[in-house]
Amino acid sequence: MSDHEYTPSSKFGKWFNDRLPLLTLANHLTDYPTPKNLNYWWTFGGILTFCLITQIITGLILAMHYVAHADLAFGSVEHIMRNVNYGWLIRYVHANGASMFFLAVYIHIFRSLYYGSYKSPREMIWILGMIIYVLMMAAAFMGYVLPWGQMSFWGATVITNLFSAIPLVGESIVTWLWGGYSVDNPTLTRFFSLHYLIPFLILGLVGLHIWALHVPGNNNPIGIDLKKPSKDTVPFHPYIVIKDLFALLVFLIIFALFVFYSPNILGHADNYIEANPLVTPAHIVPEWYLLPFYAILRSVPDKLLGVIAMFSAIFVLIILPWLDTSKVRSSIFRPLYKQFYWFLVADVLILGYVGAMPAEGIYLLVARVGTAYYFIHFLVILPILGRMERPLEIPTSITDPVLGGSVEQSFAKRHKEKI
Amino acid sequence: MTDEKKPKRRDFLLTVTAATGAVGVGAAAWPLIDQMNPDASVKALASTEVDVSSVEPGQSITVLWRGKPVFIKRRTQEEIDIARSVDVKDLKHPEKDEDRAKNPEWLVMLGVCTHLGCVPLSDKGEYGGWFCPCHGSHYDTSGRIRKGPAPTNMEVPKYEFLNSNTIKIG
Repeated sequence: MSDHEYTPSSKFGKWFNDRLPLLTLANHLTDYPTPKNLNYWWTFGGILTFCLITQIITGLILAMHYVAHADLAFGSVEHIMRNVNYGWLIRYVHANGASMFFLAVYIHIFRSLYYGSYKSPREMIWILGMIIYVLMMAAAFMGYVLPWGQMSFWGATVITNLFSAIPLVGESIVTWLWGGYSVDNPTLTRFFSLHYLIPFLILGLVGLHIWALHVPGNNNPIGIDLKKPSKDTVPFHPYIVIKDLFALLVFLIIFALFVFYSPNILGHADNYIEANPLVTPAHIVPEWYLLPFYAILRSVPDKLLGVIAMFSAIFVLIILPWLDTSKVRSSIFRPLYKQFYWFLVADVLILGYVGAMPAEGIYLLVARVGTAYYFIHFLVILPILGRMERPLEIPTSITDPVLGGSVEQSFAKRHKEKI
Repeated sequence: MTDEKKPKRRDFLLTVTAATGAVGVGAAAWPLIDQMNPDASVKALASTEVDVSSVEPGQSITVLWRGKPVFIKRRTQEEIDIARSVDVKDLKHPEKDEDRAKNPEWLVMLGVCTHLGCVPLSDKGEYGGWFCPCHGSHYDTSGRIRKGPAPTNMEVPKYEFLNSNTIKIG
């Protein structure tokens, strides 16, 4: 990992480190050379780690009071809210924490898209991140089932029924997932078990994600390869640590606003009604962070193809490093990609909006156009753009453009001289 | 050295060991997978008897069978006529109403949308039957899919009339 050898100063430290090189690891993490131009979009890795730890701690505590049984789950959640000391706080932090986790992960993903962080040599970081993202969606979905409200029950019914679209074995798979002929107590208990497991899988994958990051080092806003350590880098501690902590504080202010002032705004009122297998709520909507995929699912009129489209929407993200043929990472130097990037952001936001609306009329039409554009962006525009686009001139170091004005200015200057 | 491609005793042993190991792992994994299938207590609740004497023509009741809603609809003559006048060839999932409702007055079917499992609302939709609020599937007065994403008609479970007032489902 680190290029230089580390020797602890104390005798005990040396004895310990020779047997278990934890101090070498700690030294690697503090000295880890980081590009000095990292902006605040790079602070979300730290924020996400905080979110994961928060979810694990609050989840552990909730599991001490929650009862995973179809007859008792709904009541036990109300028991947590009303009787358990600070139960309301811990549950609201956990429930809103899921939303904050997704907010941060979406910013993290779109930062990677903007600055080309998924490109060679960082494909493994990207793929591990996508696996974490899929696991997050699974954990969030199963967690939402546990309070056993109406949305819990019917969300579980709709999502598990997605697998019934698989030809021949679909029905058997759904029965196997349910442990019965409908979503019922066996479904609830296994979801609880898996919801408890997944965060620890994510924790392990986060370890791999960071390990894979520390091999090539961070990408940076201008997306160039750096010599490390050099005048272009600063040590992780204290420079990045302080910046991450400041960003985390700002993030926590927003988090606290949700928890203390509108803890239910991101949920659905229907989930305060206990699950009833005889009545489907008038309008079933998943949590906000799944809406774009839900819109894609509903935009296809065929059941199997709709499910395939939804899973493909995630799959194209996983193979993105090979779909984007451009060698230039940062969109600062890709004038065309920069525009398409913002089209994609708008497209995903629009898909999220129509995903929350009824699947009819103009909403359905918009969802279909949005779905088509989503796939066109990844499967057509990105491969072609890499070959057609003429990138701007790329600086050879971070320090040079900083000393000669901003990146864009220094480029413009040189560009003018040429003309 | 000349017969390098000929499998040796060691290769044979390796193949046999690996194959036996794979079968063993498979056999050990099966209980871990099969435990998630419906257990004996779930399977035991296989049938339900329903008294339908109080249901008037045009009314419908919903009962729970295997955790799923079952619609028992006593259809009016008009609804039966609409259902039977449809040309089966025009249907997405061609089924005659005569095959779905042996006794034309009584339609018994799982109240589960075949798209993603929501419970459709009765007397709604463009075909006078049921409408699923989740993703907009329209069913006719025979519970057949007419419009929307659902692939098949609502399922008719196995049932029988024990006497004129009692239906046994399952």
